[in-house]
Amino acid sequence: MASSGAPKDFGFGEDEELLRDLARKFLDEQLPVEKLRALVAADPEAVYERGEPSTWDEGLWKQIVELGWTGLAVPETAGGAGFKAAGIVGLVEEVGRHALPSPLISTLNATYVLREGEPDAAAAWLARIADGASATLAITDARGSWAAGDTDVSAREEGDAIVLSGRASFVQDAQKAELLVTTARLGDALLLCVVPSDAAGLEFERDHIHDLTRDQASIGFREVRIPTANVVSRDAATALERAWPSVLVTVAADLCGTSEWQLQTTVEYAKHRKQFDHPLGFFQAVKHPLVDVMIGIDRARSILYHAACCIDEGNDGAETAARMAKSAASDAGAYASDRSVQLHGGIGFTWECDVHLFFKRSLHNQLLYGDGTYQRQLLAEKLLA
Amino acid sequence: MTTTQRDYLVDWQRKCFDAGLVGADIPSEYGGGGHQGFQRIANQEMGRAGTPFMINIVGLNMAVPTILVHGTEEQKKKFIRPALRGDEIWCQGFSEPGAGSDMANQQTMAVPQGDGWVVNGHKVWTSLGHFAQWMILLARTSRDHKYDGLTYFLSPIEGHPGVTVRPLVKMTGESGFNEVLFEDAVIADALRLDDVGKGWTVAMTTLTYERGAAESAGGTSGERVPPIRQLIDLARKSFRNGVPAIEDPATRDAIVQRAIVAEGIRQNGRRARVPALCDHPMRLPLQSKVTGSEFSQDNAKLGVEIAGAHGTLYKLDRNAPDEGHWPLAYMNSYGHTIAAGTNEIQRNILGERVLGLAKSK
Repeated sequence: MASSGAPKDFGFGEDEELLRDLARKFLDEQLPVEKLRALVAADPEAVYERGEPSTWDEGLWKQIVELGWTGLAVPETAGGAGFKAAGIVGLVEEVGRHALPSPLISTLNATYVLREGEPDAAAAWLARIADGASATLAITDARGSWAAGDTDVSAREEGDAIVLSGRASFVQDAQKAELLVTTARLGDALLLCVVPSDAAGLEFERDHIHDLTRDQASIGFREVRIPTANVVSRDAATALERAWPSVLVTVAADLCGTSEWQLQTTVEYAKHRKQFDHPLGFFQAVKHPLVDVMIGIDRARSILYHAACCIDEGNDGAETAARMAKSAASDAGAYASDRSVQLHGGIGFTWECDVHLFFKRSLHNQLLYGDGTYQRQLLAEKLLA
Repeated sequence: MTTTQRDYLVDWQRKCFDAGLVGADIPSEYGGGGHQGFQRIANQEMGRAGTPFMINIVGLNMAVPTILVHGTEEQKKKFIRPALRGDEIWCQGFSEPGAGSDMANQQTMAVPQGDGWVVNGHKVWTSLGHFAQWMILLARTSRDHKYDGLTYFLSPIEGHPGVTVRPLVKMTGESGFNEVLFEDAVIADALRLDDVGKGWTVAMTTLTYERGAAESAGGTSGERVPPIRQLIDLARKSFRNGVPAIEDPATRDAIVQRAIVAEGIRQNGRRARVPALCDHPMRLPLQSKVTGSEFSQDNAKLGVEIAGAHGTLYKLDRNAPDEGHWPLAYMNSYGHTIAAGTNEIQRNILGERVLGLAKSK
């Protein structure tokens, strides 16, 4: 529950509104759905038959870097914009609503984790991100465990270098990232270190995934040598735990954005497509589920803003709120996806209809860092103790 | 409700009114506090303290706001203060046997005679009818137009010639509401609210407040124990397959789902007041009736499930958990998913007014 001193507006003030509106306008202009379709879905056989990497617009990414979005979560002391979570989730919703293929989300999440490292050690890396470097988290093991500390990468010390070996799995937008933020086991300690993606000994193995708006890879570490200065924390579990609410709300915000696109697009279809002499929306079997999609989205969005506000306020309830937001956003996303295909009818099942792009991005995000059931399992340990 | 309970609740509302906790935002010339934005705070505090509900809920949430919008100066002076103080209890006369979801299908007729109206008809589902002095009454004054043939009256009930109040028994066996018969009952024209033929418009004002889409004159009931806490307590003392239900993964998941919905409702209320975070001004307010009533229903249903075999027990049974609360609450919850416009009608309104879908007839 929000403490009595919590801001009534979730901390969503003028600056946050400006940022959100700017993101909306920019993406409306730069990435209308026709352009997204041409970009990632021009050839159905490319990704799914021939196994080619999904395509993205690097020129658009350069513009995004110039707008300073990589540095949004970087503290001002490290040269970033130091935006509150309240503002960033508003922007990320727009990113989800346009299904933007980019390393922005992975960079924001890597930034949140780096921020929890030793300030002196992390500052230089944060500054590079603020300058436009993209980054991603390489912290997940081959079993797909989301628990901090479950890693298949181990480290050993050699003079003033660290040597990493093993494998990080399910790395988001790995092929677009310049910096990997990696966990590695060193005896009893769990290190958090930064590995440039061009470091010798890294082996990228691209995952074949359904989502056309991102890439994912597992990364082999074959005796990868990095300077000790690249270690930003020797207690990565604590850093991850502290950053995790921010990571969860970022994915939840992306989900809220894709869900809203699915709602509005399906509503438009239900207004114009006629059967039995009526627009589809006339029939309550169509109308009522769309209302339920909206109710699910609004529940998720309201909890999302609450969670972002808890993070900004340093509230103890931030983790609970963030897990609730991820649970609600995953479930809302699943239902919005389900109805967006079903209510489009036959066309919704085809490649030419855009709903599959958002369906797949949403599904990926529903699963990423734990779906609704997973979040509730962890919430139960807190709430039912 | 017994007359002793009624007297207690009337006394309670009077104390709250004297303390400024009811009618806080109503203009002072009509007996209110004359403030702005006080009522929400008073409601929050009363809710937090777990105070009894306001017996004159129809007066506060429906009659007073509607009279403020549509009433004459005399009507405002005459009705508002006694309603706020609980001196005069109100009931609502919108529903009829043939006019439920199709509310405009009113068959109760009001025929002009002298400087008044002669009313004949049959109203149902009238909560508090047996305690009420007044009714907000929707009646037909013309058969030529479905919507424009309706007129809104403030009708005397208790002791009024031609008006009979009879209890209706609910599915639970409890008597909670009434039917009201009008047989040549005469209502003075001074008790007509707004113009002849404007009844539908006036009724929409009432419904906006009834469905929680606008702030009313005050008084929400507080639950001493939040519903999620009640479910957790029940799961601790109930058993499922030989272990406490609180350890059962499916039960745990279900309770946490309820907690997330509760948080969603709470944060929706907060967000509804931040225009920058609302895409459509009515998108959240119009959801509150559906989400609130289904939240209560789903909680009660889960409670019955958690109680397991004990969920079969009626409150008279000494083994019934929580004095038989769960199955009774579950059945009574349909009152809220049906009343004030069924949730199906609410979903039509949301689909049409917020999403812009074609009207469903």
